[in-house]
Amino acid sequence: MGVVTLTIDNKEVKAEEGMTVLEAAQSAGIYIPTLCHHEKLETYTACRICMVEVESRGRVRLDTACSHPVANDMVVKTRSEKINKIRKTLLELMLAHAPDSAILQEMAEEYGADKGRFEKESSFCIHCALCVRYCAEVKKKNAIGFVNSGTKREISFVPEIASQECWKCKECFPLCPTEALQAAYVLAGALTFPVAPFELR
Amino acid sequence: MDDSKIDLIIDKHHAEESALIKVLLDIQDEYGWLSPKALKRVSEKLEVPLARVQQTATFYKAFSLAPKGRHTIHVCNGTSCHLRGAQRVLDKVQELTGIKPGETDPDLKFRLEAVNCLGQCALGPVMEVDGKIYGKMSPKKAAEPLKKYE
Ligand code: SF4
Ligand code: FES
Repeated sequence: MGVVTLTIDNKEVKAEEGMTVLEAAQSAGIYIPTLCHHEKLETYTACRICMVEVESRGRVRLDTACSHPVANDMVVKTRSEKINKIRKTLLELMLAHAPDSAILQEMAEEYGADKGRFEKESSFCIHCALCVRYCAEVKKKNAIGFVNSGTKREISFVPEIASQECWKCKECFPLCPTEALQAAYVLAGALTFPVAPFELR
Repeated sequence: MDDSKIDLIIDKHHAEESALIKVLLDIQDEYGWLSPKALKRVSEKLEVPLARVQQTATFYKAFSLAPKGRHTIHVCNGTSCHLRGAQRVLDKVQELTGIKPGETDPDLKFRLEAVNCLGQCALGPVMEVDGKIYGKMSPKKAAEPLKKYE
């Protein structure tokens, strides 16, 4: 693997080819906020909060740091007026769903996001899919998945699997940036799951 | 319910993971809906986690996870019909059948759908039952045609 040299926030950073901008930044002690990223999981780019400005070959682009590969002579900015504005709006949208999330509130303070900007639609889940992906990729159990689409999309436990596996695992709980996961688990009803957990249409 | 055909459909697509959507569509065509049993069978034979089968089955509007009724009522609420009072017709049909759009009654007699144009604007407001058009509907007139269906 070759070594590439790039600049992140005016600091020269050496990284290995194939690394993402996020990994390079982390190795140099530069902080980029993330929500859906998890080092044990495949890149997913759902939350967009890690958005950075990337300048390479004379062009400036916005992209998600958790997926953008490093390249020689690349110049990355992790904060700018534009990025701040994007992160602020993203947070305001997510806060409409999960107004009580501690991590979102903390970020909101940093970016001056107003949690009342968009009408509340407390579904509590921000669709980061950390729980779904962790269960599938790390635990290989697939006890939890998404159901429905668009504004009705939500997580759902598969009763047959959940009743066997979840009570002794629960490793996805601390991953959730909101309280949605635990709530859904509790709601799923003492693991008896008498009815189909997805909406019957 | 006779679900012997589920396996045949799955085998027709060589139980391939990539055929998931096609398999679900064929089962839906055969039975009119996707039963929990069918989803489970598909998951086992295609070796796709049930969570993913559910995700796919609930994502597309083309799939129904509840049995469809013997008769399907479409009430048009497209622009023309809407202006001519389709909403009141729909309200009445809901009252008569006891179900909302997208639902099926417990006896599996009717399934109700509100649609956005049946291409019969001149006859609006239009109601359609199993493909038969009933034009110039009004809340009063809606009851009569529905009596014909068993
Ligand atoms: S329940 Fe939590 S962890 Fe799972 S997708 Fe929603 S926000 Fe992410
Ligand atoms: S952390 Fe990069 S998109 Fe979520």
